[in-house]
Amino acid sequence: MTADTKRSTVVLETEGLKKSFGGVQVIDDLTLQLHEGEALGIVGPNGAGKTTLFNLISGVHRPDEGRVVFKDRDITHLSRQNRCRQGIGRTFQIPKPFADMSVFENVLVCATYARGAGERASYQRCVETLELTRLTGLANKQAGKLTLLNRKRLELARALAGDPSVLLLDEIAGGLTEVEVEELILTIRELHAEGYSIIWIEHIVHALLATVDRIYAISFGRKLIDGDPSEVMCSDEVQACYMGGTPI
Amino acid sequence: MSTDGSLSAGGQAEPDARAAIPGFRVARSTRMHLYVLVVSLIIVVSLVSVPFWAQVGTTRTLITLFGLIALAQMWNLLAGFAGLISVGQQAYIGIGAYGVWLFADEFHLHPFIAVAAAGALAAIIALPIAPLLFRLRGGYFAIGTWVFAEVIRITVSNIQATGGGSGKTIVSAALLPIDTRIYGTYWVGLGVAVGSILIVYLLLRSKVGLALTAIRDNDLAAQSSGVNVFRSKLIVYVVAAFGCSAMGAVVALNLLRIQPAASFSVNWTAFAIFIVVIGGLGSIEGPILGAVLYFVLQQTLSQYGSTYFLLLGLLAVIMATKVPRGLWGLVVARWDLHLFPVRRGLVMSEPSAPPGQAAAVAKEPGPTAKPA
Ligand SMILES: Nc1ncnc2c1ncn2[C@@H]1O[C@H](COP(=O)(O)OP(=O)(O)O)[C@@H](O)[C@H]1O
Ligand SMILES: [Mg+2]
Repeated sequence: MTADTKRSTVVLETEGLKKSFGGVQVIDDLTLQLHEGEALGIVGPNGAGKTTLFNLISGVHRPDEGRVVFKDRDITHLSRQNRCRQGIGRTFQIPKPFADMSVFENVLVCATYARGAGERASYQRCVETLELTRLTGLANKQAGKLTLLNRKRLELARALAGDPSVLLLDEIAGGLTEVEVEELILTIRELHAEGYSIIWIEHIVHALLATVDRIYAISFGRKLIDGDPSEVMCSDEVQACYMGGTPI
Repeated sequence: MSTDGSLSAGGQAEPDARAAIPGFRVARSTRMHLYVLVVSLIIVVSLVSVPFWAQVGTTRTLITLFGLIALAQMWNLLAGFAGLISVGQQAYIGIGAYGVWLFADEFHLHPFIAVAAAGALAAIIALPIAPLLFRLRGGYFAIGTWVFAEVIRITVSNIQATGGGSGKTIVSAALLPIDTRIYGTYWVGLGVAVGSILIVYLLLRSKVGLALTAIRDNDLAAQSSGVNVFRSKLIVYVVAAFGCSAMGAVVALNLLRIQPAASFSVNWTAFAIFIVVIGGLGSIEGPILGAVLYFVLQQTLSQYGSTYFLLLGLLAVIMATKVPRGLWGLVVARWDLHLFPVRRGLVMSEPSAPPGQAAAVAKEPGPTAKPA
């Protein structure tokens, strides 16, 4: 599998990313490559800069230094909506539903605008996405009234509806019950099998171990180690980082 | 693809959710909307007939109401959907007033045609102004719109051709036969009010409406969903310029006079904010409700002078702090009522009950899910 990913092409790449907020270096020289069809897990203590990394990739923030390259194109200065349209779909760790729109309408926004498609031409895509994320029964419910689990599902559904080539998932399993996590694992595995390139930030280690090809560990905005999932999780670096006081 | 089976948590083969996508349709309206349409038509037809049986004073007063409705619709479109808090819409109201004079008296268009021309003029002016204003964020945008309005007002006050500070009389309109003028202005005013509602409705019902409601609910998530926020805001800003200008033109025809201090008065925007805050931000119904309420208050209480303004201010503060979504927000919260069919309900042919999903939830009807 490792040999597999090495041979394949890089779809998304960050080069020497740096970002500081008010003098605090949150991302410090971060270089990362995601291969076509690869599922990459990201771990790191709270505040390590994982969400900020997603914000830099999806254009929510601009890096102080470094580049973001997507499909061999420098997108460091591309707008948020254009990154999405190019094929980078993301979820938000703290769900940001369009609260007064229905679940179906939420998904429809992404299916039309992220794909640059007409509204009617997007209905089918929406229904498929709702089925896949098990939200069909809630399609007409107001998104602001969803439970946490369903908000997380909606985050995934919206990202998926845009038919992205890269999926950025930010702690979508956090706060779910064990059964719900198992369900989510099945969904992610299915997406992986379909060929999506995925980066999944997750604290629930067994979920990552069950889905990803590789794990990349971050601490204080720097790369700690990356490689085979179980090896990374058992490595001295990761163990020391977590044993060193900061809980997962 | 290379999914490593040995790492599988569940172990069993996963069902392919995409194998069988059940049939579905998307309902844009319900039976209720048919009734709403019928009632709306009855109201509009009754309003059209007013000049045939009512006194002249009534038609003139109703023009004020039409102006308020159009103004409130436009301001709500800006603030309630695009998040553009403008305190400078009087710029376009003034442009409409001066535009109708310009096109009617100087370019000899029929005064009623000049209303449309004044709207178009404002839209053309708004097009290059918008990108400049959009560079300003939050409160700075509001200040920017106000500065723009002031600059135009001062410029117009200092041009001799437009009558300087004392303004102009719209002579061509004053020379129209009195019935033509009064009834015509009334119908044009009604047209502007109905048109303002219709354009907001059509915008919201279209794909642009999806973007606008998404921006209203969460700007950042909308951008990250591929919505071109700049383009959506530009459309809204230009439409609002057109609408406010047409409204300003009608008011000018009603008064037959234009004057910088009145036409470009910040009071216009104050009325709009009051109406939308009372009626409810971010819906079509709210501004209509607010405009009617404000109109009634104005007609019954304005004789009390400053006490009336104190009352208005107090009401606005109470509403803004206690009922931030306005009166229509209360209605929606209580009955989930949406008079305008701008929503999209998904109707599955055979309710799908995926594993882990309660069947009861699947049957729960949505706002627009009831078949028409
Ligand atoms: N917009 C922001 N402004 C200021 N500080 C921020 C901002 N976003 C993140 N941070 C800070 O950056 C650090 C990393 O945050 P984050 O990327 O959310 O970590 P993680 O997702 O790994 O838990 C935290 O200390 C956080 O407070
Ligand atoms: Mg985070």
